[in-house]
Amino acid sequence: MNVVLLGATRGMGRALARRLVARGDALCLLGRDPAELERSARDLQVRGALPAPPPAFPCDLARPETFGPALDAAAESLGRLQTVIVTAADFAAQTVLEGDPDRARELATVDFANTVGFCEHARQRLLAAGGGTLCVFSSVAGDRARSPVVLYGAAKAGLSAYLEGLDHRYQRQGLRTVCVKPGFVRTGMTAGLDPPPFAGDPDRVARRVVRAIDRGRPVVYAPPVWRWIMLVVRNLPRAVMRRAGF
Amino acid sequence: MRSDEATIAGWGRVSTPGRELRSDDLVRLSDGATLSRGLGRSYGDSSLPPPSVREVAGTVLADRVLAFDPATGSLRAEAGLSLDALTRMLLPRGWFVPVTPGTAFVTLGGMVAADVHGKNHHVDGCFGAHVEALRLRVADGRIVDCAPDREGELFRATVGGMGLTGHILEVALRMTRVPSPWILGESVRATGIDALLAELERSSAAWPFTVAWADGVARGPRLGRGIVHRGRWAEPGEAPAAAPVPPRIVRVPCDVPGRTLNRTTVGLFNAALYRRHGRSRRRGLQSPFRFFYPLDRLADWNRLYGRRGLTQHQCVLPQEHGPAAVHGLLELLARRRACVCLCVVKNCGDEGLGTLSFPRRGTSVAIDLPIDDGTQALVDALNERVIELGGRIYLAKDAFTRPEHFRAMEPRLDRWTAVRRRWDPELRLRSAQSVRILGDPA
Repeated sequence: MNVVLLGATRGMGRALARRLVARGDALCLLGRDPAELERSARDLQVRGALPAPPPAFPCDLARPETFGPALDAAAESLGRLQTVIVTAADFAAQTVLEGDPDRARELATVDFANTVGFCEHARQRLLAAGGGTLCVFSSVAGDRARSPVVLYGAAKAGLSAYLEGLDHRYQRQGLRTVCVKPGFVRTGMTAGLDPPPFAGDPDRVARRVVRAIDRGRPVVYAPPVWRWIMLVVRNLPRAVMRRAGF
Repeated sequence: MRSDEATIAGWGRVSTPGRELRSDDLVRLSDGATLSRGLGRSYGDSSLPPPSVREVAGTVLADRVLAFDPATGSLRAEAGLSLDALTRMLLPRGWFVPVTPGTAFVTLGGMVAADVHGKNHHVDGCFGAHVEALRLRVADGRIVDCAPDREGELFRATVGGMGLTGHILEVALRMTRVPSPWILGESVRATGIDALLAELERSSAAWPFTVAWADGVARGPRLGRGIVHRGRWAEPGEAPAAAPVPPRIVRVPCDVPGRTLNRTTVGLFNAALYRRHGRSRRRGLQSPFRFFYPLDRLADWNRLYGRRGLTQHQCVLPQEHGPAAVHGLLELLARRRACVCLCVVKNCGDEGLGTLSFPRRGTSVAIDLPIDDGTQALVDALNERVIELGGRIYLAKDAFTRPEHFRAMEPRLDRWTAVRRRWDPELRLRSAQSVRILGDPA
């Protein structure tokens, strides 16, 4: 399988790229920081026992003009696009965002508008190539608005809705959409937050996501228990959510 | 648990207020940090922050391999890469670390900081002997590359320097090519400590990997009876083609009530282990995971020691005092009715390059002890004996040694301190252990 990953240098994207390279998939990395991309490419080269590091191209979710050229370069280096995975996202604590409207708008732009923009570029190319898989990391935060993640959750809710819509509209044309909804996962992004019960680790999330991509499951919760937790949280009355600290 | 009451502990479970801040970006994380910590497998307070500091920099997310040359075995990686991950990656391809400690759940950075040794110390020395270069964040914020021939003093002070000379960001080392991914192991039983030491010595003349388990609670002439384990990498003709599968890990689900491990239960366990081995020599192919890391299969085994936790006293007694010194140490423990839950004996080769590294030619004795009200007095007594014999202790295991005892054991301390002070005159890099033992500002 040919895979393009946006955001493979750290966290869940890193774990996912390692799993894919270990089983022999051909990777192409997209990311913001060339030095980081190079380090990750070398890591994947050693782990996959490859003769050369996987190709890597600059692509920044904050700069939509990079999306098209990066995907074209990736398609050219891989020969053909089969799977596009997006794990990159912006994150900041609600307390930081509510004190800084510009930062809040930036996060909402990157995590929703620009991620959708990137996916549109990817969708067009995948459909033109006869179909493929678009796997995007949303979040359980998008399942129900909650006070600690008002802005991040809103952006992810929009993203989840977009991905569901893609699945409805293009599934018959050969586009498989996988919306990953991680619960709390111990990564650099969540370092400094206190892990709640059922916190996941990136490698197990990666294993689950690879399986979901292989089977074309449209929605995957990771760790799986979050599916049931969110089922409950989605159905809590507003009066409870207003008081709840989670 | 709320973050303002968070605590952080070493493997021995003795905790202090504090928490670990993790990031995959060590360059950023180490900026201004007081101490770095890997997987927290040091037993005592080596990886805990000094009392006035609440955060340590956790390196485990920085786990990328940056280069590996399959022609030479030269490997460069970020300091948070675990030995377990490295072994799973490269053992199937015929490479293994040149020196491994008794657990795979350590990071490369931790292996350098403690300058770990293993069953092959008598032939291959410490881990530091195989390190080609280090990238450090030193106290003034600069990033410094060092190697045996480049900032050599800093390099030697960092190998075994317990992370006090700089945050270790990257490690370059030479891996060892192995003829097969299997170990050909042998074990033999010995009826008492003198026989055990003699067998260990004999084994080490012919085998690259040797270690002995001793029964530290048996009475009379049986004191120190045990089993000598020895091994070498199997040749391709002796081993199956397939690489060994890492074992399934079992967890200890909860804290075992205190005092479950006592001289009676440990004595029964030891006797069973000793009898089960039988009189004859045992020989066979073994997975290296089993051979090198027998306790790793039981995750969180430190919970067996209950809430108060455990400490290990590991000392090396110089060669010139011979087996009598080891015998004497076990007798001291027996006289004090110490609950020696585990006693591991290993003969060491020559002192390595690390200015403050633990091993030296002689016999290393490691004793696991449940912590109770008498632990401090017991460790004091052991240390007084170690000082008499001209030996020293291993900081990576220690939680109880007094500063005056450490000083008496370590004539090398001044030399090491001079290098440390040159790179960190204000002693910005500190640990709970350096405050306790070296008198650093809290």
